Amino acid sequence: MTITTQVETIGLEPRAASRLAGIRSGDFPVIPALILLGIAFVAIFANLLAPHNPEIGSLTARFRPPFWQTGGSTKYLLGTDQLGRDVLSRLIFGARVSMVVGFTAVIFAGVIGTALGILSGYLGGWVDQVIMRVTDTWLALPALTFAIFLAAIVGPSMWNIVIILGVTYWTRYARVIRGEVLSLKEREFVRLAIVAGCSKWTIMRRHILPNIINSAIVLGTLMLGVVIITEATLSFLGVGVPPPEPAWGVMLSDGKQGLMVGRWWLTIFPGCCIMLMVLSANLLGDWLRVKLDPQLRQL
Amino acid sequence: MKRFITTRLGYSVLSLFLLSLTIFFFVRVTGDPATLLVEPGASPADMAAIRQQFGLDRPLWVQYGVFMASLAHGDLGQSFYYRTPVLELYLSRLPNSLLLAVVAMGLSLLIGIPSGILASVRVGRFWDSAGKMFALLGLSLPSFWVGLVLILVFSVYLGWLPSSGSGTPLHLIMPAFALGWYFAAAHMRLTRSSMLEVLGSEYVKLARLKGLPESLVIAKHAFKNALIPVLTLAGINLVIMVNVAVVVEVVFAWPGIGRLLYEGISFRDFPVVQGVVLMGGAMIVSVNFLVDVLYAVIDPRIRLES
Repeated sequence: MTITTQVETIGLEPRAASRLAGIRSGDFPVIPALILLGIAFVAIFANLLAPHNPEIGSLTARFRPPFWQTGGSTKYLLGTDQLGRDVLSRLIFGARVSMVVGFTAVIFAGVIGTALGILSGYLGGWVDQVIMRVTDTWLALPALTFAIFLAAIVGPSMWNIVIILGVTYWTRYARVIRGEVLSLKEREFVRLAIVAGCSKWTIMRRHILPNIINSAIVLGTLMLGVVIITEATLSFLGVGVPPPEPAWGVMLSDGKQGLMVGRWWLTIFPGCCIMLMVLSANLLGDWLRVKLDPQLRQL
Repeated sequence: MKRFITTRLGYSVLSLFLLSLTIFFFVRVTGDPATLLVEPGASPADMAAIRQQFGLDRPLWVQYGVFMASLAHGDLGQSFYYRTPVLELYLSRLPNSLLLAVVAMGLSLLIGIPSGILASVRVGRFWDSAGKMFALLGLSLPSFWVGLVLILVFSVYLGWLPSSGSGTPLHLIMPAFALGWYFAAAHMRLTRSSMLEVLGSEYVKLARLKGLPESLVIAKHAFKNALIPVLTLAGINLVIMVNVAVVVEVVFAWPGIGRLLYEGISFRDFPVVQGVVLMGGAMIVSVNFLVDVLYAVIDPRIRLES
């Protein structure tokens, strides 16, 4: 015991770093949580924080590099894009788009998936058969292709994206939740509730739901990253959030033309934002998974 | 065994049926399919003509029957933009997509398997943490962004690799890496957990007891058995790769199925979009069926269970 403690104190520096980052399972991911809080803060106060209007640029100030490069100025800290719009301001407002789309889509998918998972698992019989066949079929479709297909039909808009992502990803919840309900409904407290004369509806709402809510939250956190990447991908392909809106995926799509002449800031900054947010969400989800739900560790 | 295959086949056919139903009804529930079927800028008279020509004025179930009948004949409709049958277009692009997917799969296994083994041998130590970080990064970076950064470094700054197009092996390197990166992370995770399971088994203990050096235990005894689930996943992932390569193909202008889908979207070429999605779903349903059957052949416990 003492030996291990000694070994741990010797390598303190890197270990402390990985503990704060939550790479070792079981440690609370302090840095990722702070990053997510930071992004949320930026998203909420975007109007106050952004130095410029994210959708209106000045054509005289196109393609300015970040301030530390020659030609850049501190007026546009991270440079400007092809319409002279301030990159930093667009990133700040982009955080709002990502946060809003990410959270609403995860919740939307979670509500559909959890509800259908509970119904399917608890009622069984033909309800279960129908829901599970549909789930299997939808899981068979590559999520991205399906989302692109839906987006091509309904057309681009921010709220359409939320609906598309919800419709695409609810199956992930339904599968896991159903499995948990199947084992829960054999437990004593559910049988006692039946004996006590509770209706099916009451049992599902009062006895099953509180017991699977942890898993739903863990899944939701892990899905957040997937949803944000899919949103960025759809926007990049031009079927996501429509262009004037400052979404990170749209910025990457705009920045693609400048790539070959070395306008790196239009590609690197939005990508780093996506990476930071998704990585943080994944690390937090990993920690929650170990903490809240031992059954999901193998997922 | 026969019963197992019949049940699975039944499920697969049901899945295909539900797939066609989903696609058919989504198009019709979300609006007037005639607007998707005409080329942009068509007049109301054209729209009416199209509606009649495609039978869109008939009851839904009749339309579905017609839709299924043409599918059964392998008819996915006609592309507006290329003026050729969608199936022909699809098949002409498929070899490119397969080539990209195979190379990307090779890369992802080359990265994923060794790092997974390393992580499993050094559980909880530096290499395990490094591997976990790598897997998390793989899951957190959008593949198209990896592609863009690769272009920036290797085409723009270093000038080593061509940024887009196809034809030479050099054109393959970056798209294959951008596509394989995400899957490398998944393969690493599975290799690690599969190795851990095998390393804890009785016959590995025996191999150690009889005095084999640890390197031989890992390479000869554990690795071979740990590989089975990884290779199965790789087989399924290969088909998934073909279907999710859209963004990577767009970034690198690689002429595969994904690019076809993208062209379908940008030219509002609806039959192409619908055809690519249908084919993708059908491919995955078929592979899942094949894997199920193969597993049942290999492992009797699975076929006895059902």
